[in-house]
Amino acid sequence: MFEIILYILAISFLVYSFLRDRKKTKMALMKAWKAFENIMPALLGVLTLIGLVLTVLSPKVITAVLGQNTGIWGMILTSLIGAITLIPAFVAFPMAASLLTGGAGIMQIAVFVSTLTMVGTVTAPLEAKYFGWKVTVLRNGFAYLFSFIAAIIIGAVLR
Amino acid sequence: MKKYKPYLLLILVLIADVVLFFINWDLGLKVAVNTGSHILQMLAVLPPIFVLIGLLDVWVPREQFMRYMGEESGIIGLALSVFLGAAAAGPLYAAFPLAAIMIQKGVKFSNILIFLGAWSTMKIPMFLFEITSLGTSFAITRWLVSLVGIIVMSVIINRLMSDFDKQEIYALHKAGLVD
Repeated sequence: MFEIILYILAISFLVYSFLRDRKKTKMALMKAWKAFENIMPALLGVLTLIGLVLTVLSPKVITAVLGQNTGIWGMILTSLIGAITLIPAFVAFPMAASLLTGGAGIMQIAVFVSTLTMVGTVTAPLEAKYFGWKVTVLRNGFAYLFSFIAAIIIGAVLR
Repeated sequence: MKKYKPYLLLILVLIADVVLFFINWDLGLKVAVNTGSHILQMLAVLPPIFVLIGLLDVWVPREQFMRYMGEESGIIGLALSVFLGAAAAGPLYAAFPLAAIMIQKGVKFSNILIFLGAWSTMKIPMFLFEITSLGTSFAITRWLVSLVGIIVMSVIINRLMSDFDKQEIYALHKAGLVD
C-alpha cells in the first residue's frame, strides 16, 4: 500500500518537474541514478548476507544476543556498532528490519538506527576540521545519549 | 580489480551460498528463496525514493533559504533549518561543506546545529525508506522524537559554546581556511 503511494508521489513530482523544467528534471534523474548505482553493490551484498545469515541463524540466537531481555547491555552493544560503523541507511535499514523480525528487541534496533545516522566516530576528524573539536565532541556525545532516550520512547510507544 | 571491490561482499556471500547448497540442499534452497524475496522487495521500493532524492537535490534552493536563517531569524529560521536538513540525501559528512557555506553566510549557530541534526537522522527519503522497512509507527515516532531532541540539543550545545568559541569557528571559515 505504502509502496503505491510512494510511486504516485514520485511520478507526480516527476511530471510536474518535467513540465516546469526539462533540463533540471534530466539532472535530477541522473543524480537519482548515480545515487542508486553507488548504493547498489553494498545493498546487494548486505541483502544476500541477510538472506544467508538470518536463514541459518535461528531466532533463538538473535534473541539471545539482541533480544528484548538483553536490556541495556544489548542496547550498549548495538549503539556502539551504530556509532562506529559507517553503513548507509539504505543498507542498514533492511538489515535492522530482518533482525527485528528475527527476534531482536525494538529498543536495541532503535538505538542502533539513531546512533548509526547521528553519531560519526570515523568522520569525527573531518567534522572537527569544519567546526572544531569542541562542537564535534558535544554534538556526537549528545547524539549518542539522545539515541538511548529516543530508543526508550520508541520502545514504549510500540509496546 | 578496483572495479570489483564494491562487489566483494556480494561475491563472498554468493560463494558461501553455493557451498551451503552442497552441504545441505534444503537449507540452501531456503536461503535462495529468502534472498530472492529480500532483493525483490527492496528493488520495488527504491526507484521512487531515489527519484525523490534527485528531485529534492535539484529543486530546493538552498542558498536562497540561508538568507532567512541568520541571528534574528527566530522560528522561521529554525523551521527552514529543519527543512533544509530533511530535504536532503547523502551521508552526514556530505552536509559539512554546506554547513561551511552557512557559516560564511552568517547563519545562526544553533540553526547550523539543527540543520546538521535534521540531515543526520530526519531526511525525508530516508524516512520514507524507514517506513517501508521498519514500519510506520517506528519511523514516525523516531522522526518526531528526533525533531524535539535535535532542537533541544542545539539549544544546549549553543549555550555550552562561548561567544569566543563561535567567533573562532566563524573566523576560520571567513578566512577560507576550510573549503
